[in-house]
Order: sequence, then structure tokens, then C-alpha cells
Amino acid sequence: MKDSDAAPLDATDRAILNALQGGFPVSPRPYAEAAAGLGLSEAVLIERLARLRAERVITRFGPFYDAAALGGAFCLCAMAVPAERFEAVLTEVNAHPEVAHNYARTHRLNMWFVLATETPEGIAAAAESIEAATGLRVLRFPKLVEFFIGFRVQA
Amino acid sequence: MTDGITIEATDRRIIEATQGGLPFVPAPYAEIAAGLGLAEAEVMARLEAMLARGVIRRIGAAPNHYALGLGANGMTVWDLPDETAERLGAAVGALAFVTHCYLRPRALPDWPYNLFAMVHGHDRPEVEAKAAEIAALLGPACRARDILYSTRILKKTGLRLKRQGET
Repeated sequence: MKDSDAAPLDATDRAILNALQGGFPVSPRPYAEAAAGLGLSEAVLIERLARLRAERVITRFGPFYDAAALGGAFCLCAMAVPAERFEAVLTEVNAHPEVAHNYARTHRLNMWFVLATETPEGIAAAAESIEAATGLRVLRFPKLVEFFIGFRVQA
Repeated sequence: MTDGITIEATDRRIIEATQGGLPFVPAPYAEIAAGLGLAEAEVMARLEAMLARGVIRRIGAAPNHYALGLGANGMTVWDLPDETAERLGAAVGALAFVTHCYLRPRALPDWPYNLFAMVHGHDRPEVEAKAAEIAALLGPACRARDILYSTRILKKTGLRLKRQGET
């Protein structure tokens, strides 16, 4: 399930990834500021970040907005899809624009996706629409509590 | 929590202009401001204010786990008694290798688990070793557990704020 054609990362790439998963400055020359902390020049940091982004080692660089704060509603959902119907059901599910992420997972509940809608009522409507289209139940797992997590994937 | 916060129009324009990422130029906020017809100082002040309110969680890079060699993506799930779930969930979320951690409702009888903790590793044995650390932390409070590995990304689109006027 490789998702990148990137060249191997060198020590500088790893230092950048480990240092810049958060805390990027809000200032007139933020790359220069961040580069100084890494012992790099502004130009080198910009060039490296642009390359890491182009090679999809990083999927995005910038502000990460709290999804709920943007006014939408979100819900993790799961379905138990019979193996022989998996591709057909997948086509139906992914055709719904409310489906933001969708993963196959190792369980009887083998399709897990996130619904993202403008309103809380939209979640129920989208789930019911998927149930109607597939004849399968859509189990809903809205988050009740989110525990704060730092961002610290070790590169 | 930030639920219920209303986003005012200028913040909304800044969100729309930056949710795809910052430009890789020496003065990215000035470039965004110019595109919006705003002053750089106003864009920076509004970003700082959104950081302070939690509308922006962080500014930085989202690493691609697969590109970092973290090819095993395990959703570890746990059935904890309701009365201790919040305390134990906070402890699990504090483990350095847990990247997302939530309490969610059970869906009985299909699904007895109420704590979800994402764990990434280079391979499944590494994820299993980390799950064993979670199990040790939970002790006898854990009544059932499982690990669901992702085997295929079926769809991945960013969560995007619609432009105003879009339906």
C-alpha cells in the first residue's frame, strides 16, 4: 500500500519532518525562522519542503483546522460488506460526496468511512441514503470524547 | 472543544485560502493576504486568534505514514467499563505512539468496543507490541480488544470547507 514515489529521506529531511509537524511560526518570514532552528537557510528549507510535498512525503503543509469548528458534522461509520459484493458496494458508497475517507479493514466490519456533512442532520441522511443504495446497515460511531494528541510521528 | 463557534466572513476567506496549504515562498502570509486584498498583519493576527481559539489545531506538515515506512496502520479497539473509560482513554491518548484516540458509542451486539486508538508501525508485529503496551496500561479494566488493520485506502479526500454560496 505504498503511497509515495519519494526518494529515501536523508537526515535533513527527517529533521524537518520531526520539527515541523506543528509550531510553524506566524510571522513575516516564517520559513527563515523555522530554518534557523534547524541550522538551515530559508531557501534550503523552502526547497526541501516543496520537494517533500511534491513527492507526497508530506500530504499538506499549513494550518490544520478543527473540522467541527468549520461548522460541519463528522461521523465514523462501518459496514459489513460481503466479499463478493465489495467492489459494487464500494462504488455506491464512494459515489456519495459526503464520504471523505474510506478504508478497507481486517474485520467482519470491513469498510470504514468518515461522513462529513454541513449539518448533524446530514449525517443521518447520508447514512440512510447509503443503506438504501446498498441494502446494508451503516453502523455509526460518532466521537463522544476526543483525547488530545500531540503530533509526533517519528520520521 | 470548539463546537458552536461561528466563523466570521474574513476568517472564512482566510480558511478557504489556506486549507490547501501555505505557499512555499519566503513571505507566505503576505502572499495569501495579497490574494485576499487584506493586509499581511491582519491575516497573521486572525491566524493567531484562530490558533488561540482552537479553530486552528496546529500549523505544520502532515506526514504521509506510508512514505515514512509506517506501512502498518492499526485501529486498536477496546471495551472499557463506561465509568472508567474517560480516565483510561486519557492515559492511552497520552502514550507517545498513539496518533488518534477517541471514545465512541458501542454498537451492540456487533461491536462491543468504546475506545479507539490509532497505532502506526513499520509492520504488524510492531503494532501488536504497541497494542500490548496499551493492554498492560488498561489491565483488567479491558474486557475485550481487537486490532483492525487497514488493507486498502478506498477514498481519501481532504475535509474541505465549501466556498460560500456552494451547496
